[in-house]
Amino acid sequence: MSTTAQSGTAVMSLAPSTHLRRRNLIQSVIIKLMASATLISVLVTVGIVLSLLPTTFRLLGEITTQVFGTVWAPLFTPSQYGMAPLFTGTFIIVLIAMVIAIPIGLAAAIFLSDYATFNLRRIVKPILEILAGIPTVVLGLFGLYVVNPELVEKYWPIGDPLAYTAVGAGLMTGILIIPIIASVADDALSSVPRAMREAAYALGATRREVATKVVLNAGLSGVVAALILAFARAFGETTIALMVAGSYPKLSANPGDPMQTMASFIGFAGIGDAEVGSSAYNTIFLVGTVLFTVTLILNILGNRFISRFREAYE
Amino acid sequence: MATTSTSLESRVSIDRRIRDISFTTFLSISIVASLAFIFYIIYRLYNNAGYLLSWDLVRFFPSYDIDTAGFQSSIMGSIWVVGFATLFAVPVGVMTALYLEEFAGKRNRFTALIELNIQNLAGVPAVVFGLIGLAFIARGPLSWGFTVGSAAIVLGMLILPVIIIITREAIRAVPPSYKEGALALGATQWQAVNKLVIPSAIPGTATGSILAVSRAMGESAPLLLLGALSFVTFNPTGLDSGFTILPLAIFKYASDSREEYQVLASAGSLILLAILFAMNLFAILLRDYTLRKRNI
Repeated sequence: MSTTAQSGTAVMSLAPSTHLRRRNLIQSVIIKLMASATLISVLVTVGIVLSLLPTTFRLLGEITTQVFGTVWAPLFTPSQYGMAPLFTGTFIIVLIAMVIAIPIGLAAAIFLSDYATFNLRRIVKPILEILAGIPTVVLGLFGLYVVNPELVEKYWPIGDPLAYTAVGAGLMTGILIIPIIASVADDALSSVPRAMREAAYALGATRREVATKVVLNAGLSGVVAALILAFARAFGETTIALMVAGSYPKLSANPGDPMQTMASFIGFAGIGDAEVGSSAYNTIFLVGTVLFTVTLILNILGNRFISRFREAYE
Repeated sequence: MATTSTSLESRVSIDRRIRDISFTTFLSISIVASLAFIFYIIYRLYNNAGYLLSWDLVRFFPSYDIDTAGFQSSIMGSIWVVGFATLFAVPVGVMTALYLEEFAGKRNRFTALIELNIQNLAGVPAVVFGLIGLAFIARGPLSWGFTVGSAAIVLGMLILPVIIIITREAIRAVPPSYKEGALALGATQWQAVNKLVIPSAIPGTATGSILAVSRAMGESAPLLLLGALSFVTFNPTGLDSGFTILPLAIFKYASDSREEYQVLASAGSLILLAILFAMNLFAILLRDYTLRKRNI
């Protein structure tokens, strides 16, 4: 402004013409439009919390300590609200999934970051993307028609597995999360500085030693993030658990039994058009709150590990 | 040279060499097993239902008679629901990404909060989106019922964070010098973004959006809560129309233990996989095409 005061002609040229004013107006309108679009994502989160909490607290006020019981039968009369079977069912299925997915997912990540040539990487990456793109309903179908009758029923050593089994659901959920572990861990391992690898090679380490002792350690926080995010994904998986492990909330430690997870209960109870305010309607929000809270904590934790990793190497 | 390399190799003890070889074998088996699984699942589905594959399967409506049963209403339902979800999520997602990358200014507490929110929204289990749909959209304040519109909003919310994250990456990949050049010539921020950043970010955004949309196409859990698991023998006619979707039509046949319904479920899975593979292939070709075009 001080420069404009010095010469009269400059004042003329710097005064905004109608054209300039119009483009500034367009910009401010567009920025406001974008800012309000940004708020929609916040609104979704607020909406989720608002949809879950009031109903959850209302129900908790009614049933209080019953949630610590061992029988989950909210849709029957008399209703029972012990969540233990849902917790064990969820835990067993997620555990089996992790046992399957950790070695294979990490193997894929190490293969991509340290073993594959550029061309091989270009082939293997899309394969993992295709695996990630198989819909859960197809994995569930495979678990129900192939894994349960042909694998679990024939070879499971404990008890007498029937059409629905937790171990089948765990296996299919494991396949679901392999690509998640592989891609997040590969991102981490691939961004470990080359110099670290070269230093280890110079000391006489073999490729395996470089990959497992140097790269895996250097990228550990990224690998931990991959495992946490995969755990969260398995935890919230609905369709596979519902199709393969069935919808009977059995309190059992035998993975050959049918089980219900928290997520699959929501899907199961939601199928019947529950009446607003009925106990069936309220329990799905209670279970939803637990599901949402646990996955939220896991995701915050996982993303924090990822950002710690990025700060270190990028 | 040959002698040095052999002498170097011989210094690696047999024990280490065995471990190296078994580790490489383990890695290769893991990769091959993942690939083999994809083929095996398709093989089993085809083995079960391959003989059913014909245009009739796409043309016929659901029926309890296997000879006249098909998936037309569920395929049309999926197209309607996912189509409207895309119309909602892509514009909102792209605008959010543009705002955060180009207009929100330096990182401050507000943008950090929004980023955290988007990251966590991307990790919310799909079935929870069904709960918000049930509480606020199908029932409650909006009371839109179990309609195409409700389902489209729910799936739109589900893919919104994915589209935001993907678009932001595409925007970040545009060299800042493009925009800086335009700003130096006196363009406003929006003109620079509109004429230079957006066109360069379109391929990445389009590829990512197609992948997100194909995820919505295969998603089943949230719509279980919105009444999509029903026997629907008509195509949707509008946003207020009842509907079912292909993944849940498969689910419905699968939950019946009779043999012929298992065959129908497998046939539906083959159709779903074909649609999703076609979408993914299109996304990959689009990415390659635009990359090649830019290199010339």
